[in-house]
Amino acid sequence: MRPGRHLQVAIFAAAVVAVHLAAEAGGKGFFLTQLTMTAYYTLVVVGLSLLMGYAGQISLGQAGFFSIGGYVAAALTTLDLAPHRARAAVAALARAHLLVVRPDLYGGEALSVHPWVAFVAAVLLGAGVAWAIGVPVLRLKGHYLAMATLAFGTIVGSILVGTQALGAADGISGVPPFELVPGLRVGGGAADRVRNYYLAWGLVAVAMLLLLNLVQARAGRALRAIHGAEDAARAMGVDTARYKLATFVLAAVLAVVAGVLLTHYNGGIGPSEASVMKSVRYVAIVAVGGMGSLWGTLSASAVLNFLSLRGYFGAYDDAVFGGILVLVMLLAPEGILQANLRGLLRQLVPGRRAAGEEK
Amino acid sequence: MSLDLLLQYLVAGLTYGSIYAVVGIGFNIIYNATGIINFAQGEFVMLGGMLAVSFQRVVPLPLAIAGAVAATAGVGALVEVTFIRWLWKPSVLRMIVITIGVSILLREGALLLWGESVRSLPYFTGDEVSSIAVGGVRFSPQVLWVLGTTGLIVAFLSVFFGHTMLGWEMRACASNRDAAALCGIPTRNLVTLSFVLSAAIGALAGCVVSPITYTSYAVGAGLAIKGFTVAILGGLGNSMGAVAAGLVLGVLESLSVWVLPTAYKDTVSLTILLAILFMRPSGLFGSREASRLKEF
Repeated sequence: MRPGRHLQVAIFAAAVVAVHLAAEAGGKGFFLTQLTMTAYYTLVVVGLSLLMGYAGQISLGQAGFFSIGGYVAAALTTLDLAPHRARAAVAALARAHLLVVRPDLYGGEALSVHPWVAFVAAVLLGAGVAWAIGVPVLRLKGHYLAMATLAFGTIVGSILVGTQALGAADGISGVPPFELVPGLRVGGGAADRVRNYYLAWGLVAVAMLLLLNLVQARAGRALRAIHGAEDAARAMGVDTARYKLATFVLAAVLAVVAGVLLTHYNGGIGPSEASVMKSVRYVAIVAVGGMGSLWGTLSASAVLNFLSLRGYFGAYDDAVFGGILVLVMLLAPEGILQANLRGLLRQLVPGRRAAGEEK
Repeated sequence: MSLDLLLQYLVAGLTYGSIYAVVGIGFNIIYNATGIINFAQGEFVMLGGMLAVSFQRVVPLPLAIAGAVAATAGVGALVEVTFIRWLWKPSVLRMIVITIGVSILLREGALLLWGESVRSLPYFTGDEVSSIAVGGVRFSPQVLWVLGTTGLIVAFLSVFFGHTMLGWEMRACASNRDAAALCGIPTRNLVTLSFVLSAAIGALAGCVVSPITYTSYAVGAGLAIKGFTVAILGGLGNSMGAVAAGLVLGVLESLSVWVLPTAYKDTVSLTILLAILFMRPSGLFGSREASRLKEF
């Protein structure tokens, strides 16, 4: 019998601690920075794994949701409201303690939105957008769904590049750290490195627990039924539209949360986060980890994102992900952990195909 | 807005639109033969343009274009043989992801080979400044080359599919692969041929449009999305519909510059794509009944 989900998460937590200790012992404490970033990207792909692997719906627009999160957080927390202090709306926000005063670049005082407010705004906006496009998009299947989500991601990307107020091609920088609770803030300072590492991977653990609970409950069975045969699932009384939409929104919200936190961690965001290549990369990681395997996706993400962020792939970064995507889908469409070598060999030998198909 | 300016935009729109139409037709040829949407379609256009620019340094322009078309057709065949041919009834999700991966590999290959610089072929007749005036509208002779080539491609394809044995076999293969195989039609080879054909016309389009729009390793993805929009708008599988839809999209995009900043030009066609997908996925000219029976 497979270990229960709490034990699985406990093993995962032990692995996170072990990686930290190994990095410190090896004198590579700075690895924790890329590992923290990896954690946030992992949040995106485990959400996508639920959508692709369990509900069977492809999304080529996850980078769009990620950057909605990142840009809302960046835009609101760097916006200086000090010149508008007299306006009624700004005054009301200030009275409600939703604004923070922070030093600006020139030593003066800037008044901007509290990161928590920006966070809530980003999640609401992301969930709203996901819901609004999810309703019509999820009626589509296969090619159409892929293209529609690709179009959504591309629209977000080209709006970001084309909008001067959002920094156009430069993006937004100077995003302040996000103080979640006093003493714990999401930000890039070396002093906060270890805390941020545990915070990020802790979030991944919480998300995993949530998703594992979900897929092992009624909702998970419904999603698998939708993946297997949507019409049959509907005939059995599964509200397919609602389940698909809920999964889509959940995956989007995870991407938004990752976008917000990584933007605070990095101190900025650029339009490349919204590029199609990023969305494709998320899909590639889910494909490597195995459709329908949350732990497989998490492992694939941890390894590939870390290698990519450390620059091991050099100029071949995108090519590596493209190549991985093609190879995995050709040779092991269920993910490399589930590779069926015998079936593969059978496929390669044309004469035996008929025999293989009959069973 | 003066009438002349309107016509000027119209000509520009038709030029771009005819390229979108060719990409859309490329989607249709492969879709009809295999039921696959080839996400790497735009990369064929890019390869055509890039190869022709390179060949043109050593051989005269017509030869360079012929060479680029042939080489891209070869790449099309290679893609099919390597990635598609031996898969046994792959799922749609799997094919989408594979063709996306192929498009990334082709693009990154082009990046390694040619770098990031933007290139273009010389104008086929005259140069950048020569223009033809019709009424109050002035346009480059290259526009005529683009429109003429698109017309030729469409004419060639309608003769090919309507009046040649090979074309009939491909159509038979499209409507019922098993039945076609039983009649002795080599369906597998015809699928390869569909990739060759669609790569070749994409490459040719990439060559004629290169002097106007320029070519770089990254142009494929944008063209693929627009070509797909056109293919859907015209009704998936319907090549004549794609031509009409291509011209409509090109003109709409060109006219959108009046109301929206140029930076948002691409979002116009994407929004149109989303709107069609949401409201009428069978396309403007496609039949709803037929699209319900197709496997997406």
